[in-house]
Parts: sequence; structure tokens; C-alpha cells
Amino acid sequence: MNPGKAIAALGAPVDIDVSKVEPGQLLLAEWKKKPVWILHRKDWMLKTLSEPGLLKRLKDAASQANQQPAPAYVNGNYRALKPHMFIAVALCTHAQCIPDYRPAPHTVTQWWYGGFHCPCHGSMYDFSARVIEGSPAPLNMPVPPYYWVSDTVVRVGEGSPSGADKSWTPSIW
Amino acid sequence: MTTGTTSEQRGLMGWINHRIPVVDMWREHLTGYAAPKNFNFWYFFGSLSMLVLVLQLATGLFLAIHYQPNTHLAFWSVLRGIMRDSHWGWLIRYMHVTGASLFFVLVYLHMYRGIMYGSYKKPRELLWLIGIAIYLVLAGEAFLGYLLPWGQMSFWGSMVVVNFVTAIPVIGNGIAEWLRGSFIVGQPTLNRFFVFHVFLMPFALMALVLVHIIALHQVGSNNPDGVNIRENLNKDGWPKDGIPFHPYYSVKDIFGVSVFMLVFFWFVFYNPSGWGYLVDKLNFAPANGIKTPSDIHPLWFFLPFYAMLRGVPDKLYGVMTFAAAFVMLAAMPLLDRNPIRSIRYRSFLYKVNLLAMPVVFIWLGVIANGQATEHNMVIGMHATLLYYTTFFLLPYFNRQRSAMTTIVWLVVLEALVWGVDFWMYAIDAHSWGLMLQTNWIPTLYIAFILLLALVSPKLTQDGKVPERLTQGGLTH
Repeated sequence: MNPGKAIAALGAPVDIDVSKVEPGQLLLAEWKKKPVWILHRKDWMLKTLSEPGLLKRLKDAASQANQQPAPAYVNGNYRALKPHMFIAVALCTHAQCIPDYRPAPHTVTQWWYGGFHCPCHGSMYDFSARVIEGSPAPLNMPVPPYYWVSDTVVRVGEGSPSGADKSWTPSIW
Repeated sequence: MTTGTTSEQRGLMGWINHRIPVVDMWREHLTGYAAPKNFNFWYFFGSLSMLVLVLQLATGLFLAIHYQPNTHLAFWSVLRGIMRDSHWGWLIRYMHVTGASLFFVLVYLHMYRGIMYGSYKKPRELLWLIGIAIYLVLAGEAFLGYLLPWGQMSFWGSMVVVNFVTAIPVIGNGIAEWLRGSFIVGQPTLNRFFVFHVFLMPFALMALVLVHIIALHQVGSNNPDGVNIRENLNKDGWPKDGIPFHPYYSVKDIFGVSVFMLVFFWFVFYNPSGWGYLVDKLNFAPANGIKTPSDIHPLWFFLPFYAMLRGVPDKLYGVMTFAAAFVMLAAMPLLDRNPIRSIRYRSFLYKVNLLAMPVVFIWLGVIANGQATEHNMVIGMHATLLYYTTFFLLPYFNRQRSAMTTIVWLVVLEALVWGVDFWMYAIDAHSWGLMLQTNWIPTLYIAFILLLALVSPKLTQDGKVPERLTQGGLTH
């Protein structure tokens, strides 16, 4: 019943060109048959990530759980190698639905800073896909291993040209 | 009841019966099976469920012949192949779809019948547990089958349910991958769900139904009064309150079948999508793994459990909460240990509590039918607390309780409800403003039942049981 070799082969890294992603825009790509987000965060979005009002609501603000390959990806509140380009596997850690992109503040709840909201069971995430208290989801959404091949092309599925973290898997995805 | 005379059977049937006991079995389970003479309409639903099972097996066979368990073909093999190209394919499919939903209607009514008349009490505890097992297998069968049309709701529904196992710490992720055979729900998943749906689960279901009937005929049927008919025999050894199942109840059941068929075929011919509840409108779009529909919900018969899952802002506790809802049902023989079986002779407040059960169950379904807003999650949480409260109150009615005991129950149950709310507040899940809008419902319900019991003990006093019922042991 385990995945066959053909399925396992789908785990190969993919290159994604992000040159056309405008600030504030969300790109949906595919890797390992799973949806991958590339969010071009605007400055005000990055600013929300260190709001004390938001930080106290986060289950794992410092991203301690095994939801990204290495501390380098945690990078403070940004969880990204380049703060403006946020990359994550777009699966809610509760039931693997794809959360909706809800950037406008005060839309999901009164205090909403902007982020992602899951239509299935109401899990909430900030712009770094960190899970907010009150969500059924237990962990932050996973950040895949990736590195920048050039300024505009990112390779998702391995952390370096030598294939670092290629077989890493998060606790939940 | 005696089957000793069959060896005298002559002719062809005698010859066969001597080798394989068909005549004996016919006699033992139909013409010689003494059923209580006081069955009412609630006793239709067991035999109707069996009829629907047969219908599902028959229609399922023809569907499987025309269906393609392949992610590229499945959706079109159903919507075009079966619905348009195959002769009468639309009829077969709508019968299968409507049958699945009405199966659950019948099973829920059948279960509530058992709860009302105490059919889980001695000596029918195992009968009840086998019934719960049938319900769980049926739920699994329905879930597996729902993936097959490979529509958006099929896909995302399966995605959500398979991922419940990832709530298990450490090994959950691996188990989910093992179940799916893929990183996400995909070709291997569809193929194995098809096999389980048409091959494994129907066998389990048929075997369990057989065991259910054997267990029933071993202990004898319960009835609306809760009479032990086998304790009161005439001089031939036949129960005074019993009549042969065939022809009396077979004829009665045929009437039930005709009424059921009217409802069944009304849906099939006039309302096959059942206002979007039998076939979800999202399922008319093929599965798309990178687009979650904005509103995912399970089929209507799982909605109450979905509200429980959604009401708990924690993955593991959420899954445990809705799994425990099934455990509560299975635990009925342990919770309710009052010697009186039938609701007819139970106290007024017990009746109120029993009526509250289906009301809460339906209410949970209505909540889950709404969107996953914070407001709906909080209402769902309080409705879930009310659901559990109705079960936790059952042992209270085992006998008349003292004022002191009543106060303890009151305090403990209220503390449970408020404890959960305090926990929600402590983890910053919801604000008090939002929770206070609905937490008065379980609070007042508990207060209503237990304060009335305190003020007027008469309301918890069980009725006088007729002498006929106490013969041969009403008590355990």
C-alpha cells in the first residue's frame, strides 16, 4: 500500500520562475503533486509579521517545530530566504485543504492582520503561514527546501545544487 | 419454536432438508420465530435497511461494470458513460446515490428506536454493539464510495478525512501516506478506494448484518413495551405475546416497503440531487488537487460529526471529540443501567433528555452546513457540549437521586461546560463576547433538567411498570 516508485519519482525538484509575480500577488505552483505558494510580500505585509498583537496569538512564533528544513529558513519572523519572496507548501496542517489568501486586514476577524484562512475548518495563518491560536491546525504550514538558482528562478525540492535536504519531510503536510 | 419435527418432511424438500437444513432454517427464522405482537412503525426500519443493502449491492454491481477507477477517466465515466451512454445508467446511479442517503435515514431511525425502547439493555448488549459496528462500516463504505465520482467534493472530502490520521503524533504522517499510496489523494488512492468499496466493505457489511440477525434471533426481539415475551409461554411452549414473524410481520413489512419505495422513487425520479444534499453541486466539477473549493462539507449524514470536529480549535482533540461521539453511542448499555427498558415507563425528565438527543444531532448538522466562520465554530462547540451532556445525564436517571447527588451532577456538568469555555479563552481561541452568545444553551439545559429534578423529584420518578413486563426479570 506504500507509494510506488513512479509516485516517488514525482518528488524531483522543480524550477519556478517568479519574475512575473507582482508585489502582493500569490503564485500557485506544483511540486510532489502538492500545491506550492510563492507570495510576493509587500513592505506593510512584512511589518505585520512583527506586530506584538499578532505574535502573542501565534502557536509557534519562532517556528521551533519541524516545519522547515533548517533554521536558515526561519529567518526571524519571515520564514524565507528572501523576506519579500515567501515560499511554502500550501497545505493546511489540519486537513490538508488549501487556505484562502486573505490579505485585507480586519476581514476574517476583528483583529485580522492579513494572511491565510482555511475554508474547511477555519484555521488561520499569518503572512509567514504561521498558525494562529484558535485554529484547529496544530503547526505552521511547511516551508519546502529551496534555493535561488538566479534572481528570479527558485528551485523547490532541494536546498542546494548538491541536493541538500532533498529527503527532508516536515512533521505534518 | 420446536424444529424437531422436520425430519418427517417428505418429498423433494425433505430430501434437500435432510442434506442442508433449508426448511429448518426457514422455520427457525421466519415461520417459527416468535416476534412480539406489539411492534409499531418504528420496527419497519431494520428490515427496510436490509432491503436497501440488497438494492445497493445490485445497483453497485452494474455501476462497477461501467465505471473506470482512473483519475483521467473516472469523472467522465460517471457523468457521461454511466449517466448518458449506458442504457438506464442514470436510473441505476440515482438509485445507488439515493439508496446510500436513505440507508442512513433508516439506520438513524433504527438506532433511535433502539435508544427509545432500551434495546441495548440486557440481554441485547452485543446486538447493540454489532449494530454500532455495522454503522461504522457503513460510514466507511459511504466515505470510500464518495471518492469514486472524482468530483471536487469527492476529492477534498477524502483529502480531509484521510488526514485525520495525521493527528496521531509521530507516525500519523506515514500512515496517511500509506493509506493514500501517494503524496496526496491520487491514482493509487482512487484505485484502492474502488477496491475497498466494491470488494472489502460489502463483504464486511453482509457478514455483520448476518451476525446481527443471528444475535437478534438468539435473544429475541425487543418491543415498544419492553416485554420479555420468552418468559411467558403457553402450554405449547409458544410465547403468549408472540406471533410468527412470517406471515404476520412479513406482510406488515411489505406495507412498509411500499411506503418507503414511494419516498425512494420520488427522489430518484423527481429530485435526484436532493436539493444538493444527495449529490453536491460541487461534485459536478472534476477533482482539482490545487484548488480547494471555498466551502467543503461532507455528505449530510456526517454533518453532525463535522460540526464537532470544527468546534474544537485543536487537531488531535478535535478528532478525539468526534470519535468519542461514536463511543458514546456504543457505551449506551453502560451509561443507562435503569432496569426499565421502554421509554414508556421512564420519568418525564428522562423523556425530555431522550428527545433532546435527536434535536441536538440535527442542530449540529445545521451548524456544519454553514460556513467555517468563527461564529459557527463557537456554536458548534456549544452544541457538541450539549450532545455530550445528553449522554452524561443518562446515568443520572438510573434511579431516583438524592438532592445532594443532584447538586453534585449539576455542579460537575456546569463546570465541564464552563471549563471548556475557559480553556478556549485561555488559549486565546475565542473571546468571551462571542462565547457568551451561545454558551447559555448547554448551561440552561443542564440547569433546566437538574434544577427541575431538585425542585420536583416527581419528574424523575419512573412510571409504574405493568406486571406483564416484570415477569422473568425486568431487572438485570
